[in-house]
Amino acid sequence: MIHYFVKRLLMAIPVMFFVAVFVFLLLRLTPGDPAIIIAGDQATQAQLETIRENLGLDEPLLGQFVTWMGNLMRGDFGVSLISQKPVLTLIGQRIGPTLSLALAAMSLTLFFALPLGVMAAWRHGKLLDRAVMIFSVLGFSVPVFVTGYVLISVFAVNLQLLPVQGYRPLSEGLVPFLQRIFLPALALASIYIALVSRMTRASMLEILQEDYVRTARAKGLNESVVLFRHALRNAAIPILTIVGTGFAMLISGVVVTESVFNIPGLGRLVVDAVLARDYPLIQAIILLTAGIYVLINLLIDLSYALTDPRVRYQ
Amino acid sequence: MTDMISVRAARARRLLALPRPGWLTVAAIVVLALIVLAGAFAPLLAPFEPTELNSMMRLKPADATHWMGTDSYGRDLFSRVLYGARISMIVGFSTALGSLAIGLPLGLIAGWFPLADGVLMRIMDGLMAIPGILLAIAVVALTKAGLVTVIIAIMLPEIPQVVRLVRARVISVRNEAYVEAARLLGTSSTRIIWRHLLPATFGPMIVQGTYIYAAAILTEAALSFLGVGIGTETPTWGNIMAEGRLYFALTPSLVFWPAVVLSFCILSINILGDALRDSLDPKMKARG
Amino acid sequence: MTLSLRSCLLATACVASMLALPGFTRADDLNVVLSAPLRSLDATTSTARITRTHGFMVYDTLLGLDGDMKVQPEMASYAVSDDNLVYTFTLRDGLTFHDGTPVTAADCIASLKRWADHDGAGGKMMGFVKSMDASSDKEFTITLSAPFGQLPDLLAKPSPIPAFILPKRLAETPKGEQITDMTGSGPFMFVADEFQPGVRAVYEKFDGYVPRDEPASGNAGGKVVHFDRVIWEVMPDIQTAINALRAGDVDYLESLPTDLVPLVEMSDTIDYGVIKPVGSQVTGQFNHLLPPFDDVDVRRAAMYALDQEQILMTAIGNPKYFTLCASIYGCSVPLASEAGSEYLNGSADERMAKAKEILAASDYDGTPVLMLQPTDIAVLQAPPIVAAERLREAGFNVEVASMDWATLSSRRTSMEPVADGGWNMFFTFWGVEGIWNPLSSVLIDGTGDPSAWSGWRKSDEVEALRAAYVAAPTFEEQKAAATQIQQLVYDQAFYFNGGEFMSLSAWSADLDGIVPGMVNQFWGIHR
Repeated sequence: MIHYFVKRLLMAIPVMFFVAVFVFLLLRLTPGDPAIIIAGDQATQAQLETIRENLGLDEPLLGQFVTWMGNLMRGDFGVSLISQKPVLTLIGQRIGPTLSLALAAMSLTLFFALPLGVMAAWRHGKLLDRAVMIFSVLGFSVPVFVTGYVLISVFAVNLQLLPVQGYRPLSEGLVPFLQRIFLPALALASIYIALVSRMTRASMLEILQEDYVRTARAKGLNESVVLFRHALRNAAIPILTIVGTGFAMLISGVVVTESVFNIPGLGRLVVDAVLARDYPLIQAIILLTAGIYVLINLLIDLSYALTDPRVRYQ
Repeated sequence: MTDMISVRAARARRLLALPRPGWLTVAAIVVLALIVLAGAFAPLLAPFEPTELNSMMRLKPADATHWMGTDSYGRDLFSRVLYGARISMIVGFSTALGSLAIGLPLGLIAGWFPLADGVLMRIMDGLMAIPGILLAIAVVALTKAGLVTVIIAIMLPEIPQVVRLVRARVISVRNEAYVEAARLLGTSSTRIIWRHLLPATFGPMIVQGTYIYAAAILTEAALSFLGVGIGTETPTWGNIMAEGRLYFALTPSLVFWPAVVLSFCILSINILGDALRDSLDPKMKARG
Repeated sequence: MTLSLRSCLLATACVASMLALPGFTRADDLNVVLSAPLRSLDATTSTARITRTHGFMVYDTLLGLDGDMKVQPEMASYAVSDDNLVYTFTLRDGLTFHDGTPVTAADCIASLKRWADHDGAGGKMMGFVKSMDASSDKEFTITLSAPFGQLPDLLAKPSPIPAFILPKRLAETPKGEQITDMTGSGPFMFVADEFQPGVRAVYEKFDGYVPRDEPASGNAGGKVVHFDRVIWEVMPDIQTAINALRAGDVDYLESLPTDLVPLVEMSDTIDYGVIKPVGSQVTGQFNHLLPPFDDVDVRRAAMYALDQEQILMTAIGNPKYFTLCASIYGCSVPLASEAGSEYLNGSADERMAKAKEILAASDYDGTPVLMLQPTDIAVLQAPPIVAAERLREAGFNVEVASMDWATLSSRRTSMEPVADGGWNMFFTFWGVEGIWNPLSSVLIDGTGDPSAWSGWRKSDEVEALRAAYVAAPTFEEQKAAATQIQQLVYDQAFYFNGGEFMSLSAWSADLDGIVPGMVNQFWGIHR
């Protein structure tokens, strides 16, 4: 088991290295110039040249890459070209709101998606199944920003039930936090619910065919006990997988949701950074998200390995 | 010989036949067909050129001339939504086809040649680890924000999914008795791949293709929203909504119409995808 | 296990919520949403408007421009010798930096040097300066080699880089290197700990600031601060910002699109109007190095084809907030004139006919015009599209390339052919404060030098007239030179002047005393 874990961990190294090289090249071959963001639109060529020299952007690419990798090895992610603040500080300021949003969205998702998926599987092929599937696919079909605008205009502007925008950290109180995180989390969850409820339905259908479920039913166990105790527990791993692979999707939703609801999170940070060509910052964020993604999937694979010994031999 | 033919015929039936499609599937096909036709015949159907400006007719509500009203450039919204169907279909179709076309050979190689597998899959893992939207934003900025760039940007993050899918299918088929037998008989790798592995991947690929199709249209919209999408001279549902969102509180039709059409489109594609999957998966059918 | 963890979290959350303070926005805070995120903090190197706004919070200038664009003393008063060669500046009493040290003449000299290193016009001024000497802590002189009447204007000008005064130790930062220590002597202190780029910037009132006695006017006069803290918030979505203003989450919105005025009018707790006294000019820039716009006739044909009214009507929407005029210095500045207006007169159809005629007679061979269009700057999205339509009608072959502003900004600096990342035309806009005279406007630079601002116009006549403008001792002679320059700029089709628009702002109705200025100013304003 430990052998397997170490092997998988080692395999993550070339993956992360590939990400680093890829991102570095992608950014440096991209037109755009951080110097112009610093100097502003009225800056002349001469002014730009001075700033470029100072940022070290006129050095050869390979040299820049080696310096960057060297610093990374020492845990130094560098300094934002634009604001001159350490990249890790900037990310630290922004990670809280994004995590809160992601977790809130995830909770809402599980709250809605699991029962929906189980019900759909239970009434497979019946009207309820169809209705649940259409409802969940509909959530997936509307762009997140449209969902966001509709939620704001209904619940915040017209009904005035919730604040229109903004974010309060949990440390400023549970109520203000929940008030502000609810609508964006719901908008974000709308896509995710579709995904998870479909997966739940599919793996429940599979499990419900198994002998032990039939046995449980034959024994006359209560239907809800069969569904939630026996079947859902065994359907958990594929569901977990989709939750993990859906992480990337969550990020893309976060980028848009944070703009609509004015949440100061990582998503907005990365869009700003790309638009400003703040290379060290973009590199760090992408490495970070890629790292989290790899880690999540590693954990999921481990959970597979724990339950299914066949996996280990592959 | 006749055996082969009947096997093939059965396979073709399995691929193509949709046994007793439900009313939902029929509705989805009708909606999709309408959208495809609307896009294809946009030049004939549209009452105006989608780029025809009129600075005196900005943000007008719907009337007899402008069936959905006009946008902030005074352009006819209905015509733009029609032409938008065309671009969205192109984006969806090219992305799906492109990622399948690239992902398929890579997946076959990874699944069949264990040596290539390690390297290839680590690269795919890496590509998959980068959030698609970030990759797309960066790629679009790479050159000018044109149709082709956007398609490539959306396609890139989809490829690893296809590769994984194909690889998994290949590995499971590889160990089947008949493939094992072919290998022992000295059949060449190319032939085995061509004869046995390739056909086995078709089903899952078609299903995956429909999902990529839908996701591509949505991603295009998100890119437009973030200001890195296709330029406004080429109307897409995404950029119509992105431009209209400034006026959402006053002229919601600018977001509403494209959103409705887009949602119906995605919904139909997904329903179709589900129906295809169910009909291709014998287990599902048995359970049906 | 899971359950206990969950209940543990829940308990923590409850305790946290009970401990938290109920109020979040204090009444003595001013929450504002500006139209761009503050990115670069160094107001001595950046020409970005938002950074300039930040500069006026934390720094002060020796001289200021009042509401009538007249030079007024601010940190210092000055006297000129009879031969116009020696300027003596005397610092007023009570000037201290945020770190408590007094402002001295040495600080001023070092600051002016850094400013001249980075500001174009400042660099030009340095060509006339023989020496700058401190005669005491409070007094210094600038000695010129030849008369340079623009000197006070340049030290007072609010654009593109104002002559901010900072401590000597910071002013001596090497040229081009970013200053990160925001110590100045302005009415606000920058709270570095609370700065989140792209989210918020926080300023505290500087208690050591002694305002002048005169009323505030332009960026001159007494800068009296009535709020303890001013918080700049960034809201990427204007819809969200308006919602926030209506809900009372913020007090002031720098930029209100004219199309959204009805939204604000619905609310009686919000006022709106024009705060910035001068407008901004939309300009269409030609690349003079590449075909087809290396040919003056082709450029002139384009000038006739383009239409100020159509461009501004589409970009701004309400004729109340834009002005059509020929002046390349802005429509309502002292140097404004009608020179060259023959290029703009007549109906759009007449001008189109003229454009077709000129283009047909020219050597234009159908070379495509690559027009750059930004997708993320609201005002600049429409002009390239409208222009492309008109140019096509006139017979041009136009291709529109859409890109984000950062890409466009870097592409416009490329002198390469289109295929290698170059360009033919793009639109931008300029605050009138940046173009109101021939010395500060980088648009009429006719040197053709690679270091000039994008477009690389070449005209020795214009350059000679700009020198004449600088040397001219009286306003009449200055205006004569400026008018001639304007005529030449049209005749040689330097760039297309798209007319001027005003920016609308919106604010909570309980605010009063907003001081109009070239940038947003947060002194004078009170509840």
